Amino acid sequence: MIIIKGLRKNYGSLQAVIDLNLRIEDGEIFGLLGPNGAGKTTTIRMLTMLTRPSGGEAFIAGYEVQREIDRVRRAIGVVPQHMNLDQELTVRENLELHGRLHKIPTAERRRLIEELLAFVELGDRAGDLVNKLSGGMKRRLMIARALMHRPRVLFLDEPTVGLDPQTRRRIWGLVRRLNQEGVTVLLTTHYIEEAEALCHRVGIMDRGRLISLGTPAALKERVGRFAVEAFDGEQVTAKFYGTREEALASAARVGDGVTVRETSLEDVFVQLTGRKVRD
Amino acid sequence: MDFYTVFWREMISFRRVFWKFMATRLVSPTLYLVAFGWGLGRGIRTDGGSYLDFVVPGIIALSAMTVSFNATGISLNMSRLYHKTLEEYILAPVSAFSFTLGKVLAGTVRGGVGALIILVLAYFFGAHLQIGFWFFVVIFITSFLFAALGVVAAMIVSSHEDMSNFSTFVILPMTFLCGTFFRAESLPGVVAGIINILPLTHASNSLRSLALGNGLPLTPLFILFAYLVLFLAAAVWVVRRA
Repeated sequence: MIIIKGLRKNYGSLQAVIDLNLRIEDGEIFGLLGPNGAGKTTTIRMLTMLTRPSGGEAFIAGYEVQREIDRVRRAIGVVPQHMNLDQELTVRENLELHGRLHKIPTAERRRLIEELLAFVELGDRAGDLVNKLSGGMKRRLMIARALMHRPRVLFLDEPTVGLDPQTRRRIWGLVRRLNQEGVTVLLTTHYIEEAEALCHRVGIMDRGRLISLGTPAALKERVGRFAVEAFDGEQVTAKFYGTREEALASAARVGDGVTVRETSLEDVFVQLTGRKVRD
Repeated sequence: MDFYTVFWREMISFRRVFWKFMATRLVSPTLYLVAFGWGLGRGIRTDGGSYLDFVVPGIIALSAMTVSFNATGISLNMSRLYHKTLEEYILAPVSAFSFTLGKVLAGTVRGGVGALIILVLAYFFGAHLQIGFWFFVVIFITSFLFAALGVVAAMIVSSHEDMSNFSTFVILPMTFLCGTFFRAESLPGVVAGIINILPLTHASNSLRSLALGNGLPLTPLFILFAYLVLFLAAAVWVVRRA
């Protein structure tokens, strides 16, 4: 469980994260969704103690971040956005180093390495140097590494950024499976599909603030589950309706050039901010 | 025993590049030995021995310094700013002291191997040196303290460029001034005074005294050890701040 109270971070006059309050339950896959620069990565970096907050506090698995540092370190696994595997080591050595740093006894360490290599399907690449791996393989290895010390909470910062759709689905599959085994997941993403497909609950962030919070279905419900898009020759405008019947009736009134579809989290974001996630 | 994990990782990577390391480390000492030992030094007698015998202990100290400084400095700087692999250690329940000690010991090993290469090389060039236990102790201390200085530099500079600037302002002057190629005492008073503060001077002087059979000089050894403690403490402090 993660409890965040009044967390904030300023870089000079720039407010990267503003008064963040959030509670993430055990067993959840929780997604922070928002455009680049919304404060998602800063939030994760503060929770993982890589960045010192300017104010507020946070608790992970009952331990206070910044105070009970080693306990928090043992409770969390971190997969950063950038590739930070040790390129001078092989796949197996990367896992072994992590296991040793976390003081996992030798026999258990060996067993976990084999188990995790199988889990992320890198068993046949165990002896290869990291720089021989593809982007997707590196990402999978980073996930395996973060799981080595059996963390209760896994942080994934933009887990599928820069990956092709097939590889992305594979990563999603991994995240779902480890979540089923009891790992709480906090991920950030600026991919709408990722938040919809993977997350039990989503927090939408924009310009340092958490502006909305709920299950993907609930968030869409607030806007209206069905969208009617009309093109007036210059731009597309969307109106939202609670039921399919209302949406179809509205579409019938307008006539040609309208599309009826289900609302997406993108619509939710546009409604909240007046901008698109990837603007 | 956490420091051993950090050290273990460095040794894996060292083993992987060992022969490349050896080949690279042969180049500059060979050039020094040819230029100063054979070329410039032919016929010069110093302290009753050949110039080659005079210059080899200095070159050993010099190599121990540059190799160990670069071993920790460059790799840690890259790890912090470019590869971001330092995060892996920051996220692990490993103390700043263990991390620093592991890194510094690994840098010391590289510095020591760099120094040994010159010993072997110097033998083939015909140098006559008395090598004993304390000679290796001084090499160890010298490598250790400069490896710790490398950690300090790597953790405080803000770019790769500043890393090489640090090297230019701190390491390069010592290369030429600290009694490697000539006796620093022969310089004007103020300059000699400044040089006499710098750690490499004491490494050169200790190694030279031991190699020429003049016994173990206690004061330089003590000063070197003081530098070791100072730089190690500074290194742990800057790592803890990260």
